[in-house]
Amino acid sequence: MRRFVLRRVAYAAVSLFLLSVTIFLFVRVTGDPTVLLVEPGASKADLDALRHELGLDRSLAVQYGTFVRDLVRGDFGRSFYYRTPVLELYISRLPNSLMLAVAAMAFSLLIGIPSGIMAAVRVGGWWDRAGKIFALLGLSMPSFWVGLLLILFFSVYLGWLPSSGSGTPLHVIMPAFALGWYFAAAHMRLARSSMLEVLGSEYVKLARLKGLSEARVIAKHAFKNALIPVLTLAGINLVLMVNVAVVVETVFAWPGIGRLLYEGIAFRDFPVVQATVILGGSMIVVVNLVIDLLYAVIDPRIRYER
Amino acid sequence: MSVSPAPASPSPVAALPVPRRVAAFRTEGFPMLPIAILVTLALLAIFAELIAPHNPEIGSLGQRFKPPAWIAGGSTQHLLGTDHIGRDVMSRLIFGARVSMMVGFMAVIIAGVLGSALGILSGYLGGWVDQVIMRLTDTWLALPALTFAIFLAAIVGPSEWNIVIILGAVYWTRYARVIRGEVLSLKERDFVRLAIVAGCSKWTIMRRHLLPNVANTAIVLATLMLGVVIVSEAALSFLGVGVPPPKPAWGLMLADGKKGLMAGYWWLTVFPGVCIVLMVLAANLLGDWLRVKLDPQLRQL
Repeated sequence: MRRFVLRRVAYAAVSLFLLSVTIFLFVRVTGDPTVLLVEPGASKADLDALRHELGLDRSLAVQYGTFVRDLVRGDFGRSFYYRTPVLELYISRLPNSLMLAVAAMAFSLLIGIPSGIMAAVRVGGWWDRAGKIFALLGLSMPSFWVGLLLILFFSVYLGWLPSSGSGTPLHVIMPAFALGWYFAAAHMRLARSSMLEVLGSEYVKLARLKGLSEARVIAKHAFKNALIPVLTLAGINLVLMVNVAVVVETVFAWPGIGRLLYEGIAFRDFPVVQATVILGGSMIVVVNLVIDLLYAVIDPRIRYER
Repeated sequence: MSVSPAPASPSPVAALPVPRRVAAFRTEGFPMLPIAILVTLALLAIFAELIAPHNPEIGSLGQRFKPPAWIAGGSTQHLLGTDHIGRDVMSRLIFGARVSMMVGFMAVIIAGVLGSALGILSGYLGGWVDQVIMRLTDTWLALPALTFAIFLAAIVGPSEWNIVIILGAVYWTRYARVIRGEVLSLKERDFVRLAIVAGCSKWTIMRRHLLPNVANTAIVLATLMLGVVIVSEAALSFLGVGVPPPKPAWGLMLADGKKGLMAGYWWLTVFPGVCIVLMVLAANLLGDWLRVKLDPQLRQL
């Protein structure tokens, strides 16, 4: 077990290292950021001065060394554009992203779990068939189009909800729906298959043999166990939502991390892009590591695998 | 996650002699709808010049924001209306099918070739080659795919071919993972051992013995990836880092349509989206069907 843990932690560390190198290198081939930062018609001397100030005139190895040293200290550098520490920017946007992700997750679970369970209980029935169509549509409709349709209907025709921005609880409804739509379909599929598996298990048969009513069997015995895989997936998806929300955030002008990354790329704001992608990637590496380890704790067979 | 897939046994369909394999396709549930949608879109894409009533990139400002023909103010000149600079929506949709098809298929092929090659190398050679490829795959997987694609698109600038290469470079990991897992079990099988005994080189074994055995899986994955790739292309174009204007791409049309959204010009938002959904839906349905037919091992995916 100890060897397994060490190996997995080492893998995660290698991933993080490769991630930092990849991002660092890619970001430097996007082009010269100083050109976008100065007034048009600035002299070459001005540009050189700015490059020197931002440390872009040093060799790549030195730049990377400085970058990693600062990273270890928790310093992600200063934004070229905003001239404030990147971590501050990131943390100022994080609550918005988390709020959107949590709302989208709540929505996806509220839709996905009950509909998935009902589809499994009445397998082959009309609800099951309607659910299949819903899942297919959910997995096929791009989130940003769902967002645009929502704006069209609820903002333009009905005038009920604000089409963009943030600040009130009303602002979060449509972005959360657009972002959660795809995940609702995914959670529904998993809830259905997980419930079907549980309903075929020995202890559910026993509960039925004991003479419990069908409602009681489903509510007390099957439901809770069917929920475990769905909630595991939901945990992974929550991290994913924070990081894939960029298109939905653009549709609704939602000031989250996705927007920050997008603006960073548009302004060639290296530190912002580096920090956003590295922090996002690290979140996923860590979540994957935790899940691997949890699985190993639950299922000993995985530990001895090569 | 780093849990390797369970050892795969060859799929029953693949094991059948050739005539029965063909017969297996004729069984119930042949996906007529998705095939019909994809064939229609392919025909539109190929013969766009002949079918489209107007030039998709040139409009007349006098014809701005004309609604579809069946609504007051619309004309049969522009069946599905016009956009913010008076271009015919239907013509743009037809030419947009070409962009989506081209980007979708090419990106899936590039990702498939790259991922399958790396998967076979990684699985068969093992050792440090395996380590390097798998750590690279892990790293790639840690980057949210769409974010990574936006990031790369910003580096190389917007163009159709850049998008193809970027999406290929982003989505190869799934092939690499799945195919490596399959090769790991295939290489323990007798026919591979016999090939080694017969003196085949590693290259020959990978090309002649392993590649044909993982082809089914690669095809199923490719069909399932088609939908993902098309949505990604639309998202990149929507964000302005994909296919450059004035090219008619569906994602770009949605971005343009947003300009008329608040004024209630719904046709600019609804029609391109419906096209994207139809194509993705068709790819997903076909992929699901192929998965069941060709590769029972992938059913749980």
